[in-house]
This record gives sequence, C-alpha cells and structure tokens, in this order.
Amino acid sequence: MTKIIFIGQDGSETQVEAHLGDTVMQTAVDNLISGISAECGGGCSCATCHVVVDETWIAEVGPAEDVEKDLLESLDNFSPNSRLCCQIEVTRSLDGLRVSIPA
Amino acid sequence: MSETCIIVGASHAGAQLAASLRQEGWTGRILMLGDEPHLPYNRPPLSKGYMSGEKTFQDILIRHEDAYNRHNIELRLGVTVAAIDRAAKKVVLADGERLAYDKLALCTGARVRRLPNADQENVLYLRTLNDLERIRAHAGEGRRAVVIGGGYIGLETAAALRKFGTKVTVVEAAPRVLARVTAPEMSTFYQRVHAEEGVTIITGARIAGLRGTPRAEAVNFEGGAEIEADFFVVGIGVLPNTELAEAAGLRVDDGIVTDEYARTDDPDIVAAGDCTVHPVKDYGTCRLESVSNAVEQAKAAAATICGKEKPDQSLPWFWSDQFDLKLQMAGLNTDYDRMVLRGDPAEGRSFAAFYLRQGAVIAVDCVNRPSEFVLSKKLIMQRRVIDPAMLADESRPFKEVAA
Repeated sequence: MTKIIFIGQDGSETQVEAHLGDTVMQTAVDNLISGISAECGGGCSCATCHVVVDETWIAEVGPAEDVEKDLLESLDNFSPNSRLCCQIEVTRSLDGLRVSIPA
Repeated sequence: MSETCIIVGASHAGAQLAASLRQEGWTGRILMLGDEPHLPYNRPPLSKGYMSGEKTFQDILIRHEDAYNRHNIELRLGVTVAAIDRAAKKVVLADGERLAYDKLALCTGARVRRLPNADQENVLYLRTLNDLERIRAHAGEGRRAVVIGGGYIGLETAAALRKFGTKVTVVEAAPRVLARVTAPEMSTFYQRVHAEEGVTIITGARIAGLRGTPRAEAVNFEGGAEIEADFFVVGIGVLPNTELAEAAGLRVDDGIVTDEYARTDDPDIVAAGDCTVHPVKDYGTCRLESVSNAVEQAKAAAATICGKEKPDQSLPWFWSDQFDLKLQMAGLNTDYDRMVLRGDPAEGRSFAAFYLRQGAVIAVDCVNRPSEFVLSKKLIMQRRVIDPAMLADESRPFKEVAA
C-alpha cells in the first residue's frame, strides 16, 4: 500500500492508504477528503479536484499538461504546483506524497 | 440512542449524501437502498469512455466497496422500495420488510422515457450499466444502429458506437439536434462534426413506429420511408421518479419540490438529484438533470439532516464528450437575447458560445476551450456586463478579457 497525505484547507493532515493504479482523486473520494468534489468522476472536465503538490514531490509527480493545464491556469487559486488529482496515478514511487487542498 | 438515516437511491445524489453526512458529523446509522445490483457508479461514462471500452467498471465506481465499510455506510443493493409510511417513519420494501428511519433522503433519480409500442428485444435504452451492456452486445464492426433522439445521450451514443465501426443514423423529431438545450449555432456545429465522423443525422423525422417482431427490423417514418438497422437505441429524455414521494403525500410538481436546503415539506425528509424541482440561484425554479446538481444538492441535504444550514447556491454546469470534442457548459441559457461567438464553429473544433441577457453573460458553451469555461463561470456568477466585442476578440487571451 502507498501512503498519501492530504492537507486540508484548515491545515489539518489526513494520512490514508491508496490503492496502486487508482488516481489520487479516487483515493480522496474514498476517504471523504473535504474539498475534493470530483464532480466529473475523473474526466478532466470540472476542475473540482484541484490540489497543490508539495514542493518536494512536484518533480516526481510532474507538471500538468494540455487540458488540465488550461483548466488549472484559469483558476483563481492556481499555483505553479497545482494539479488536478484525477490526473495523478498512484504508483509505488509516490509513497508518502503530500498534497494540499487550496482554499 | 443512535439515529438512522435511510437514503433511497444509490447513484450520484445518494452516494454524495452518504459521504457528506459523515463529513458533517452524522454519527448515526446510514443505510443506502439501491434498486440496481451494483455499487454506486458514475453514470456519465456509460455514454462516453465506458461504452467505448476505455474504462472498466472498477474505473467508474464512485467509491470502492471498502470505502463504504470504512465509513460505516451500509448498502442494500438490488432492493425496491414500495412505499414510505410517514406516520410510522418507515420505508416499506417490495417484499414487505419495514425499515425504520429518523431521517429520510429521497435520491430516486430519473428513468428513461420509453418509446410507445416498441418492446422488441433489440430496442435499447441508456441509463443504467445493464442498459449499456446490452448496447455493447449489439455494437460491432459493420453493424447498423439507429439512434432515436438527437439530444446529448443520443449524440454521445452515436459517437461511442462509431468507435466500434458501427454504422449509425441519428433520427431527431425537432428541426435540429440538441434543440431543447442549446442554440442553433451549436446544433449546426454538432451536425457538421457528426457528418464528418460518418454519422448520418436526419432531423424533422416523424417516427410512425418500428417494424418487425420479436426483433425490430426498421424504423418507419410518417410518409412511408424507413431505415433498416440491426438495433435501435432510444434517447428521448427522462422522467423523474416521484411516485414514492407523491404516494406519501409530499408535494410533487414535475419533480419532488424542495427548497435550496433540499428540504421537502416533511421536516424529516430531504430530496436531491434528478428527481427534484428546486430553486436554482439566479435561474428560478428548475429540474436539472446533471451530476453537479445531484452532488451540490446532496451536500445541502446532508447539512440539513445534521441541523445545519448550507443552501445550494451552485452554478449549474454540464459536460459532454463526443469524438475529440470536450464540451463544457455553465449556466442556463433560457431567455438569452444575444449570442456571442469566440472562435468559429463553422470551421475547426474549438470555440466558445456566450449567451447574454441584457448585456450580462448568463451561460456559456465551450467546445475544447477549458480556459474559457473556467473563467466564464466567474463571469456568470458575477452577472458581469461585458462588451461583446471583447468576448469575441481572439487576439487577447481570455484571462485578460475576464479579468
């Protein structure tokens, strides 16, 4: 199992176990993480699964591209480490990943 | 003593409501009743990536099974609710079993409108996973399909069937596809792209009936013409499932009537999703058929059950994937008095259509324009009056225009 740490809008940390091959969005939804609505179910259509990847992890996770990048850059709370977490697949190399949910 | 909340319905609204109850601090029992035998799943992919085989059933589950166990959400699937006994506060199942509730949530959804006198085995619908499996069993290289209804479900189905190499004809009664929901410019665009992708679209088609039994062989039109096909997919809209609520004496008016807190006229009963008619901020009373509506109303409903007030004031939005077109829509375009185009729908496959009323943007349809979609949501919520020439000016990034 792979651990992922979600940092909520209030700064609280929730550590959860993720299934390999799931998306980080699915992991958040399965664990009732507040602030991840994931309305389009992972279709990269709604931008309601926005997270900011911890600085120490962004190189491993990689940057947003194409549609995801366009959606993110139009959000008020965009930051250089922003990702839609429906587009991040859980792999072994992401064990310990930290992402925060922007206000 | 611990209280029980029963949720009738296990789709988008029900699944969100259960989760939101735990997030809002509900410590009592949560029991979800679903009439389908499956765990709650995302419905939109049925006519999109799941139909075409890009996704598996595990991929489209809203949550994995263990997530319900971990959060102590009980699921009873494949059960039919026969009645609500409000006086006794009990839900009555079809087999007579009576389940007591303290709070009840009606998330009964909608069902497909059926084509009259068309019970043949190859006349198919698309609402549930089982419906989809039947369609997939008929699809294939060289097979011929007639899709009856040129709304989003019909057009998405046509697009997905093309991926199997199926020959597809869409027949629509109105003079144009998507007539109920969008502007003529959008209809023209979608008709062009479907033609380019090999779909035949016939508009203004008055269907007289389907010929053949036990298998339908052709669709007959008024005037005598017919089109033969191997199977038929009907997508002519949905009807809200309001019968339980109505029989229980709750107010129903083309949907279970709720307020912005998802309250019905019974203080112990909330309702959310496609089955409801409710005030939509800035657009009046509506019945919306969408995931975002189901999710947002369910959040409001869960708060209400937990004694909090969190009105649903969300902006309606919708999406549709067909071929390489990612359509994202926000707001409702009812009563628009002007349309402004950014990009040219007559050429290429990327543009945004803004619907204005008295100078303010009230809705937008964005085709392969994710940036315009996100930024327009803000414009719409602010009811910003904006120079149409600026909206249309492609020489400036939209971020500047909307700033």
